[in-house]
Amino acid sequence: MLRRRVIPCLDVADGRVVKGTRFVDLVDEGDPPELAERYAREGADELVFLDITAAPERRGTLLEIVERTARRAFIPLTVGGGVRTVTEMRDVLRAGADKVSLNTAAVADPALIARCADRFGRQAVVVAIDALATGPGAWEVVVKGGRERTGADAVAWAQRAVELGAGELLVTSIDRDGTGSGFDTDLLRAISSTVEVPVIASGGAAGPADFVAAVRDGGADAVLAASIFHRQIHAIADVKAAMAAAGLPVRLMPQAVA
Amino acid sequence: MNPRPLIAVVDYGAGNLVSIDQALTTVGADVRVARDAAAFRGVDAVIVPGVGAAAPAMARLDNRGLTEPIRAWLRANRPFLGICLGLQLLFEGSDEDGATTLGVLLGRTRRLEDAPTLPHIGWNQVERTREHPLFEGIDDGADFYFVHSYVGTPAGPGTDRVELARTTHGRAFTSAIEQGSLLGVQFHPERSGPDGLRLLHNFVELVRAA
Repeated sequence: MLRRRVIPCLDVADGRVVKGTRFVDLVDEGDPPELAERYAREGADELVFLDITAAPERRGTLLEIVERTARRAFIPLTVGGGVRTVTEMRDVLRAGADKVSLNTAAVADPALIARCADRFGRQAVVVAIDALATGPGAWEVVVKGGRERTGADAVAWAQRAVELGAGELLVTSIDRDGTGSGFDTDLLRAISSTVEVPVIASGGAAGPADFVAAVRDGGADAVLAASIFHRQIHAIADVKAAMAAAGLPVRLMPQAVA
Repeated sequence: MNPRPLIAVVDYGAGNLVSIDQALTTVGADVRVARDAAAFRGVDAVIVPGVGAAAPAMARLDNRGLTEPIRAWLRANRPFLGICLGLQLLFEGSDEDGATTLGVLLGRTRRLEDAPTLPHIGWNQVERTREHPLFEGIDDGADFYFVHSYVGTPAGPGTDRVELARTTHGRAFTSAIEQGSLLGVQFHPERSGPDGLRLLHNFVELVRAA
């Protein structure tokens, strides 16, 4: 049976893992490949790098750390942030990423999803949707890290993105992101119940129980979190143990063999 | 005997080669990225990796003059590993886009039926239908990483002899195959942690012994 995935997300700027509040007051938290390797060892099922380097001339640094990571952590790697063209996606995949996540660029130019899926296969195309709650059972797509509203309905955009060629959806509740108040399981359910592709839950994780709820109540196939892992508030193994105890299928790390 | 076998990894623009290069290097092989037929000269094994659809993949193999050398390699029963799309291309054709593929194995590449989610993305259990040195030291039912919507499906007489393992997503499907020196896996060992490295290590050992 397909396992439910636990995915640490690393915010990367200028080749370092950083942590800040809404992209300000960034604190250096280390070397991405080193952290990636540690997470892989601790049982991460995949990794996501979110490149928050705004300056395009610094993209070379990103490609270099993607390659170093692919050479150290033998688990799948998704790279998001700033990919706007098929050529940019090609460069990231060539450097060693398995998937690219498209967000603002896909909203501005939805056909980008189809072009990338035609070239690299839909399994390589993740569409990231940042959703803002606007009322009961209603969510609006926001872009540019949540700073700009689009007026588009998040569930309708999710369906459209899949029709265009998204192989996976990374759904972030902007209301919950960074608050530790739990995932928005209504949002997750609204999307996961209408699309065939896997949905990755993001935004709001505080503890293992939230991961269980995202899967059981939200219908998520995978759950992503950043700060609770970076700050070592919870270990990946603890999250997976809670999921297993709730009857969810998870991949437990093989016991060390002498 | 060469302590580090030289393995040609076919590059036809279908996915990430960094992971497979690093994984093979880690388990004791030297890698030559093969973009034309000349690159097969003097190698001990060939690996065709890749993700995506069959028709563009076959077109790119043709354009690079690689289709016939791969067929010849397989006819000679030399060590070969197909990964994901590289496994699917061994069959006669693909239902995904109607492509005619290498036809070394009887059967077709078919869409996963009754799958709860598609693409089938993530870690799933690989359950062996018979023992083979490729899985030496790996638990039966160990998790490997999958990313696909279609699957190479053996057909006709001898199906049982071709299949090495099965995996279930909705329905059970063939997730590893063997025919002589030809091996294929539907999952990605280069992205499957320690068990994936062990499988590639086993492949390198088989190449060494060949």
